[in-house]
Amino acid sequence: MEYSLIILLLPMLLFFVLGIGGHKMSHRTAGLLGTGGLFVITALSYAVAAQYFTQPRVESIYPTLIPFHIEWLRFTEWLHIDLGILLDPISVMMLVVISTVSCMVHLYSLGYMHGETGFQRYYAFLSLFTFSMLGLVVATNIFQMYIFWELVGVSSYLLIGFYYTKPAAVSASKKAFIVTRFADLGFLLGILLLSYYTKTFDFAVLTSGEVSLAATTAGKTFLGISVASWAMALVFMGGAGKSAMFPLHIWLPDAMEGPTPVSALIHAATMVVAGVYLVARLFPIYVTTPEVLTMITVIGAVTALYAAVVACVQTDIKRVLAFSTISQIAFMMVALGVTTEMQGHGALGYMASMFHLFTHAMFKALLFLGAGAIIHSVHSNEMSAMGGLRKYMPITHITFLIACLAISGIPPFSGFFSKDEILAAAFEKSAFWGIWLSLVAGLTAFYMFRLYYNIFWGEEAHHEHTPHEAPKTMTIPLMFLAAVTCVAGFIPFGHFVTAGGCSYDIHLDWTVASVSIVIALAAIALATWLYMRPNDKPARMADSMRRLHTWAYHRFYLDEVYMFVTHKIIFRRICEPIAWFDRHVVDATMNLMAALTQSASYRIRTLQSGRLQAYATVFLLGALFIAFVLLCVW
Amino acid sequence: MDFSNFLWMRDELTLLAVILILFLYDVFGTEKSRRFFSATACTLLAVQTALLFLPALAGEAFGGMYRTSPAVNTVKIVLNAGTLLVLIQATAWIRRADMVIRRGEFYILTLMTLLGMYLMISSGNFLLFFIGLETASLPLTALIAIEKYHHDSYESAAKYVFIALFSSSLMLMGLSFIYGAVGTLYFSDIAARLTGTPLLYVGLVFFMAGMGFKISIVPFHLWTADVYQGAPTSITAYLSVISKGAAAAALMLILFKVFAPVAVVWQPVLWGLIVVTITVGNLFAVRQKNLKRFMAFSSISQAGYILLGVIAGSATGMASLIYYVLVYIFSNLAVFGVISVIENATGKVGMDDYNGLYRTNPKLSVAMMLALFSLAGIPPFAGFFSKFFIFYAAVQEGFYVLVFIALLNTIISLYYYLLVVKAMFIRQDDCLIPAVQSDGASRFCIALCVAGIVLIGLLSCIYTAISGVSFGM
Repeated sequence: MEYSLIILLLPMLLFFVLGIGGHKMSHRTAGLLGTGGLFVITALSYAVAAQYFTQPRVESIYPTLIPFHIEWLRFTEWLHIDLGILLDPISVMMLVVISTVSCMVHLYSLGYMHGETGFQRYYAFLSLFTFSMLGLVVATNIFQMYIFWELVGVSSYLLIGFYYTKPAAVSASKKAFIVTRFADLGFLLGILLLSYYTKTFDFAVLTSGEVSLAATTAGKTFLGISVASWAMALVFMGGAGKSAMFPLHIWLPDAMEGPTPVSALIHAATMVVAGVYLVARLFPIYVTTPEVLTMITVIGAVTALYAAVVACVQTDIKRVLAFSTISQIAFMMVALGVTTEMQGHGALGYMASMFHLFTHAMFKALLFLGAGAIIHSVHSNEMSAMGGLRKYMPITHITFLIACLAISGIPPFSGFFSKDEILAAAFEKSAFWGIWLSLVAGLTAFYMFRLYYNIFWGEEAHHEHTPHEAPKTMTIPLMFLAAVTCVAGFIPFGHFVTAGGCSYDIHLDWTVASVSIVIALAAIALATWLYMRPNDKPARMADSMRRLHTWAYHRFYLDEVYMFVTHKIIFRRICEPIAWFDRHVVDATMNLMAALTQSASYRIRTLQSGRLQAYATVFLLGALFIAFVLLCVW
Repeated sequence: MDFSNFLWMRDELTLLAVILILFLYDVFGTEKSRRFFSATACTLLAVQTALLFLPALAGEAFGGMYRTSPAVNTVKIVLNAGTLLVLIQATAWIRRADMVIRRGEFYILTLMTLLGMYLMISSGNFLLFFIGLETASLPLTALIAIEKYHHDSYESAAKYVFIALFSSSLMLMGLSFIYGAVGTLYFSDIAARLTGTPLLYVGLVFFMAGMGFKISIVPFHLWTADVYQGAPTSITAYLSVISKGAAAAALMLILFKVFAPVAVVWQPVLWGLIVVTITVGNLFAVRQKNLKRFMAFSSISQAGYILLGVIAGSATGMASLIYYVLVYIFSNLAVFGVISVIENATGKVGMDDYNGLYRTNPKLSVAMMLALFSLAGIPPFAGFFSKFFIFYAAVQEGFYVLVFIALLNTIISLYYYLLVVKAMFIRQDDCLIPAVQSDGASRFCIALCVAGIVLIGLLSCIYTAISGVSFGM
């Protein structure tokens, strides 16, 4: 499978070609070049997946392949940074997800970004992102992953700030970059701790059980917590930043300032699940630190509930989807957190998490692309500018509805199957988490249908021109992803990706499934009753829970808390004294040196008189002086 | 007499052969055939340089009078490379109508000084060393005065020859003191019999003062600015890199192999000399308006940095000194290359004349900027690495305060080097220097220097090769 290297090199090549030569191309050439390249990459990814999953299993496990590997930087015998391609079930699955969504987004953008200035730059950045994301998932070692991890951060930053003349976009891109960079500080510390104690960066070695973090850090604690837990918790911090886990989620809603296809690709389907992927990649180690898994469960559960509540009252459709993304990723995190072993019943969560990652990527990309089509048509993100659009945009309407049903967990759409596995895994761990997640699932169905009715039903807003269906380049991806959403649930996912690698038959737990269907249907019914026809019930309901509504609308004022901490405490109390020191002590020292130099230079100028006698005298006196001093000292 | 001894001196003999060939060519060649004189001189020197790359000898001849080693050989290669660059650079100047009749003298005298430097660094006895030193000094006087109808040129020559004689006499006195104290002039014997007596110390100081003149160490430096300003630019370039570099290498070799037992005495002396040299050089450089004077003071402070390798007194110090000289040759010759191109075309050497040079001569300005950056030690240019290695060598031997002072001085030096860059790139002027069409030889030389500045630092093999031969004395 040596051709898998092409999957990595082609987007990089596209980035350079489009980035350097793009401005000389026409929009059409650049767009077709980028999209064509992505079609090739997608085809190759599918070929890799087909070849990988049809190969014979070794001891009933798909073998881990490394088709390409070089030692890049060698520091010591054991400390070296390598670059390579690692193929195992989860990385192959990610290859499929990333290339599929990226390909659809490339195609979709041909229509969505049509005529925008910087069209070529947009495609160059998309290629850069695709390259980085593919490099991240096929990384053979944690350091390579970290490199690409930062690269996806950079490309995300570039794409969020694509409309760099818009102040909101610029500040959103900065916010996203700074928050995730802050989280990556923890990631880096975690990498250092991990590799210091295990003496390797290599995933193959780390996860094979050859070295055991628990054994090498045995007995070592810091602040009462074992070093192994510190290392894994710090690594998770990086993942939490990228995957927008509470309380590091604040950047994701703002990131919606980027072009909508970018939100679909980066902030819904691929980059934001990198944190989940990271935990899954290192899962054999996480399983040895149960307290960290408990922390992941708690953080995930809190995030899921928080984001779902906030999503219920947002009026910007992209923000609703953003909070929905946060909530769904939290589901995946919880699923990993409740996994307690690598084999057997306790391992169900791992598979469920990966399954949900896969299905969610498809239907969430579909939702975002649908939202993009709507925004493209009414030129606004606000629900108040929509309503009754089902008549004008039939394709968008149907595909959006399919995605809403999928995310709400209605069979036979894909989301039902994966969410059901997550709920089953949660119940397996404890009834508490199971009920918690079921409630959040109900909220999910409610806010998704609130969104759906507000867009496609309800009162028709006044439009400047009649809304129209999106062009073919945009509707084809919608239809493709909708088709995937309809059938993906029937993929025997347990045969491909499981914690231990052994094949596993998915069987629905009908008690859990029926409860979740009932909850979802009830929530949808409530949403229908409230939002299908124009009425004053939503307003009255908001009034009756005024405080909760206001707090949720303002996202529980978390951004304000961050503003307070950064501006009032960090800037005022820490940065300002440092700035004072810099101006009055450091700069002053430099100025003093400069002044001293100038004045000394002025004073000694007469030494250089141009008179030969003086030169000779100084020469002689200098020699004699040195000899004299020397003789006195010795 | 055993003539096989002469085989040890093959480097000197081949250089002498080059000189003799050029001499005969100059005397017997027809006016027409002498058109190729410059090309022939450069080619012959290049061939002679190539011969230096033969496997180096290590040993002594003539009863210890002459010694050679791979390290010495490496220094010779470096000097040859620098001389070759200077000769190429001088082609346009020496072809000028008023200079062309002195073409023969220029090449022969220059190579004669190079021969003197060879003897300086390969000698095993103070007598041969002194002969080498004078061979390297006296022809330089003639070279400085080569534009003899030019007031500045002969004034500089007068100053130079006077101070040169003065320092030589002081050094001779020092050498006689050393002879008085030890009873021999052979390096190996001195090293063996050395005892710390006041007579020896005074002798040592006078010897160092004499070398201080060649390297232009403060307070023996006062001639430098006047001579650099008055001498033809190519000669100034030669003085500032080759003459200085050879003397520094010779000082290092002698202090290392002859006076190593009394290092506790010369190290403090050198310590003080380095501090004043770097500082005073910098303080004067800040105020200069004439670029040649400016480069004089810059070269004084650079001499201070070079001596850091001497004071370290270790194999690393030696390697970093040779490396520093190599990089310094390329950087300084690039600057002088640009100065001489501009001077030959317009006669201007003032810093203010360079205002807005980038607008009219972008290539020259960029070359100059890179060279100045290298001199200031800005990464990733070679000057950064050479400074780094030489500081590293000094720190290794525990000279923390000294290196700290040197580091502070690099800040000052950055300031004045940037003044020139600022003039070229930022300042504007109404009367710009017009676009200069430089000759091929100068262009080639500047391009070589710039390539050196960029590549020498990045090609780690160069430093590795130099450090491989260090201490192979």
